[in-house]
Amino acid sequence: MLHLDRATVQFQSPGGPLVRAVDGISLEIPAGQFVVVIGTNGSGKSTLLGSIAGTVRLSSGSIQLAGHDITDWSQHARARLIGRVFQDPRAGTAGSLSVLENLAVAACRGRFPGLGWATNRQLRAEASARLARIVPGLEQRLDQPIGSMSGGQRQIVTLLMATWHRPELLLLDEHTAALDPAAADRVVRATAGLIRDGGLTALMVTHSLAQAAALGDRLILIHRGRIELDVAGPAKRRLTADDLADRFDGLRRADQLDDAAARTLAELYV
Amino acid sequence: MITLLATWTFGLALALVALGVFVSYKLFSFPDITTDGSFTLGGVVTVGLIVTGHDPATAMLAGMTAGAAAGVTTAVVHAFLGVEPLLAGILVSTALASVNLVALGRSNVPLGTSTTLFDVSERLGKPWLVGLGVEPTLAGELARTGFVLAVVAAVVAVLYLFFRTRLGTAMRAGGDTPTMARALGRDTGLLTVAGLAISNSLTAAAGGLVAQYQGFADVQMGIGMVVWGMASVFLGRALVSAGGLGTALAAAAAGSVTFRLLVATALRAGLDPDWLKAATAAVVLAALVAPRFLGSRPKG
Repeated sequence: MLHLDRATVQFQSPGGPLVRAVDGISLEIPAGQFVVVIGTNGSGKSTLLGSIAGTVRLSSGSIQLAGHDITDWSQHARARLIGRVFQDPRAGTAGSLSVLENLAVAACRGRFPGLGWATNRQLRAEASARLARIVPGLEQRLDQPIGSMSGGQRQIVTLLMATWHRPELLLLDEHTAALDPAAADRVVRATAGLIRDGGLTALMVTHSLAQAAALGDRLILIHRGRIELDVAGPAKRRLTADDLADRFDGLRRADQLDDAAARTLAELYV
Repeated sequence: MITLLATWTFGLALALVALGVFVSYKLFSFPDITTDGSFTLGGVVTVGLIVTGHDPATAMLAGMTAGAAAGVTTAVVHAFLGVEPLLAGILVSTALASVNLVALGRSNVPLGTSTTLFDVSERLGKPWLVGLGVEPTLAGELARTGFVLAVVAAVVAVLYLFFRTRLGTAMRAGGDTPTMARALGRDTGLLTVAGLAISNSLTAAAGGLVAQYQGFADVQMGIGMVVWGMASVFLGRALVSAGGLGTALAAAAAGSVTFRLLVATALRAGLDPDWLKAATAAVVLAALVAPRFLGSRPKG
């Protein structure tokens, strides 16, 4: 379904060293699998997601999705196959448009929109039914500008927009990070429900170890642009947030030792 | 009364600039300096074709097409060549200054005795108004005002309907939140091209109307038009702050007429015409910074 072959993204920071944000990652995600991606700050997890979405170009390697080599596809061309939910609720919805108008744009995802009316009775009925299924009561606000809604409500609508037409892949980029705990909880439940009910293939980046332990069929831990841990099935189900916290501590200690060794070597030889 | 009607007519013609700026600036968040050049271009092409024997409606359409091409050029320079919006507009507007001068042949071309759309509207409307008992001179000016009012009302209606279609809604979404539009498969570069084409064709139509109304085209007639358009949009929003897309479009048009009336009043009260552009810029500056000092965000 999604296949990454030695995907590499490298940056040359001005005056700095060459940084490999994604370092030759090869990955196979079968259809219907819900994968959670975690990693420390700067580990490359969001860059990996960006390279799949098309916001970041691969330096080398390739990406195949649903039988298409999408490596050189533009971001908007990939949207035919990929649904996305962003970290910032404002990035995934047009604030000046009503909820229904936002959903109307999503209903044309990947197709030429044409000159028919954006909103009609059929769309309204469908939007109402789908919203009510996720968060009862939200369907009463179809005509309100989405900018007047809370971040959590906007993320719910963004989720619905990303999955209005079944995507080949759903990308969730820390989509609860900007929300308060109660709203984040509602959005996580809605996310899990939509993925489960739709049998969607999903890749979710999160900073929350609790979410990482509780959600998904498979967990990938990225560190310094490489996959450090990849567990699925019973091993994933047994994972707890504490296990992941221990793993993170181990990586941090190793990093500190690496840095100390690098400093010592630099002092000895430079 | 005639002077007041003439002020309204002029304000209504410039309402098309306000509507163009509304599309580029409010819907697409694109501060499009091309406006100054495409206003003149619309006037130059319209007058140029009328004085060479073409009918005024065809001339207007040609002027609008030229304006749309100017908008497309700015959008392409920005969206596909990566130049900042302001600089893209400045570059195209600067180039248009030469284009306009070459197209017109000299700095000012009068329409002379050529038939304009205002002549046609007067010929059609005046007898009917005189038949209703309106004094002939007033009837002539009323017919002209009615014609421009009908044009502006039609443009507001068409824009409202278009921006409620799937394509128009996608364009609004692209202008509001490009990340969202791209994530839903829209090429925001192409959306910007379409938006600026619409915006500058409206501005060029205003240039064509103004040139026909005043009886000549001048290569400097577009100076300050982008600021005029912004002033009209801000003033319109100040007059009518609530409502959706239709209200916002109508408010932009009403803002232009109101602003023209304010300008006429200021001139009658003794404002030196040389200071008119500076006064317009001051109004826009006040509209931009006032919300910050009043503790609220600009409505839009």
